[in-house]
Amino acid sequence: MKLDFGDALNLALREEMRRDPRVYCIGEDIVLGLPFGVTKGLIDEFGPDRVLNAPISEAAIVGSAFGAAVTGLVPVVDMHFADFVTCAMDEVANQIAKSRYMFGGQLDCPLTLRMPYGIGKSGGGHHSNSVEAWFVNLPGLKVAIPSTPADARGLLKTAIRDPDPVLVFEHRALYRVVGDVPEAEVLVPLGAADVKRPGRDVTVIATARMVHESLEAARRLAEEGVEVEVVDPRSLVPLDRETLAASVRRTHRVVVAEEGVMRGSAGAWLAWVVMEDSFDELDAPIARVAAPNVPIPFSPPLESFVMPAADDVIAAVRHVLK
Amino acid sequence: MSAPGPELMVEMYAAMLRVRLFEERARELFQRGRIPGFLHTSVGQEAVAVGVAAALRTDDYVLSTHRGHGHLVAKGGSLRGLMAELYGKANGICHGKGGTMHIADVSVGYLGANGVLASGCVVAPGVGLSIKQRRSGQVVVTFFGDGAANRGPFHEGVNLSALWTLPVVFVCENNRWASSTAHTRSTAGGSIAARAAGYGIPGESVDGNDVVAVWDAVMRAVERARRGDGPSLIEAHTIRWVGHFEGDPQAYRGKDEVDEGRRRDPIARLERVLTEHGRLDAAHAARIRESVVAEIEDAVAHAEASPLPRGEDALNDLFAYYPWAD
Ligand SMILES: Cc1ncc(C[n+]2csc(CCOP(=O)(O)OP(=O)(O)O)c2C)c(N)n1
Repeated sequence: MKLDFGDALNLALREEMRRDPRVYCIGEDIVLGLPFGVTKGLIDEFGPDRVLNAPISEAAIVGSAFGAAVTGLVPVVDMHFADFVTCAMDEVANQIAKSRYMFGGQLDCPLTLRMPYGIGKSGGGHHSNSVEAWFVNLPGLKVAIPSTPADARGLLKTAIRDPDPVLVFEHRALYRVVGDVPEAEVLVPLGAADVKRPGRDVTVIATARMVHESLEAARRLAEEGVEVEVVDPRSLVPLDRETLAASVRRTHRVVVAEEGVMRGSAGAWLAWVVMEDSFDELDAPIARVAAPNVPIPFSPPLESFVMPAADDVIAAVRHVLK
Repeated sequence: MSAPGPELMVEMYAAMLRVRLFEERARELFQRGRIPGFLHTSVGQEAVAVGVAAALRTDDYVLSTHRGHGHLVAKGGSLRGLMAELYGKANGICHGKGGTMHIADVSVGYLGANGVLASGCVVAPGVGLSIKQRRSGQVVVTFFGDGAANRGPFHEGVNLSALWTLPVVFVCENNRWASSTAHTRSTAGGSIAARAAGYGIPGESVDGNDVVAVWDAVMRAVERARRGDGPSLIEAHTIRWVGHFEGDPQAYRGKDEVDEGRRRDPIARLERVLTEHGRLDAAHAARIRESVVAEIEDAVAHAEASPLPRGEDALNDLFAYYPWAD
């Protein structure tokens, strides 16, 4: 069936809430499905005990989800905008991420944090940032970052069933992107990368919106006879190192493309992983596509300047082919 | 209760009109695609912004919110600079980097709108500390919504300000809604003002559609702060006439509330009072409106004519000094 990314996430929530009565959703304005429609209509099927509109109290939303998760419920938190996770950072970084480890494995923490994120339409500095790297840097959290409706549904379902905390990064620009979603209930495992387009010349490892920009770049480069392989890790933690390495063995040249800023990013980690696993296979230094090291500005020309796009991927591919 | 003098009342009338017409014009420009981003306007809530600003000196500070244009207009910010910023133009007050939700105009003490709710509540005690240690006699007002009042920084900021007797005025704009969530369904105990008692400071609930009542409450809070007696909390009850953001279908509320807001229009109300007391006649009111419209049209023309920033300007303004090319 054809579904957009947002509706695919909605379907995943419905399926998991039907399957497991312990699953509940919590967030600000989620009863009406705000801000991006993902939770729309859940209230009609599951009622107010399982679709909880919370006050604007991010620390209590995330903290209470932790408390519920370690005592038998399965919360799915809507972070509204990933930028606001800063308001619950102790809960994520010190409580949720560390509980299993510090307490010697006594506690399960089956908690999902849905993280709508990314640049889009002049959201400005408090509503546009790619913050996935912060969580890649926090041992104890799993990080999923789907690019297609099918992956979004499959990864969210897996996240909800996982006994550990999982953050699902949902790029805001993808919500209305339509794609094929299997009729059957297909789960996408964490730690399983996907080759979105095969190619023999250059591997582009890309996440979320940059998968689409990289596919566009690949289409344009194919017209010049350059065959780009686009690999989507789909989860950053755990990471499918083998699929990345297998791609490098075919192409010997690598570009890592992400929307986050260049410095200390998830892409920097991916580039290092490729370097460690495949150094002898590489025919050129790894190139990176990322945003410059600034907050996301408001004005459209500034925003499009910092927003990585297909042209940047093409330039990087040309660079590694030199 | 003290009363503002007639000149001040006429000034407040003009100021409310300036906020109203600025916001209405911004909405229209947004609908026509001239202004990018998400737009939150304060139509209907003008008495709060203006009642507060009228009780402040130009060098007093304001910390604002995502619904902050009115606070800046009332504080005396440049309409040209503000409108150009809403347009994302290079000569906007923040060079197009901030936009509607992240504007500051330090020249009039406006230390910033905020895209993160309630964050100003913990910045305010720091501004208060600075005022106190510099012995400058200034005060700082921090605005926040009824929804934002449920975040931790509200409590931390009020506590610290009270504990250290800082010159801070906390102003909650209670417009009954936080996006689609009703105040009554998000706030235990109901009253924000009543929370002041727990921190041992004055807490007052005022009709936020009565600019004189707002002004009076803020005057008392400001005098107390300037005397060195510490912070106050004011909860101003008001009604937003428009969606939470421009384009909000408002499925969560009925039309009757907006009708109520319009019946209790703060501008019409002050106009009645001034007219009854012979302080304003139709001709004078028309002259005020004409000059406000002219100011706003000048700001729009300026914004339209101004250049957009160049893409690479995105790299400026990050640090005062950063010599490395890394
Ligand atoms: C910390 C944080 N959480 C959530 C949001 C998203 N958000 C923006 S405005 C808003 C409602 C705010 O309500 P209120 O504080 O009452 O102010 P109002 O919009 O009514 O002026 C929400 C939830 C945000 N900007 N910041």
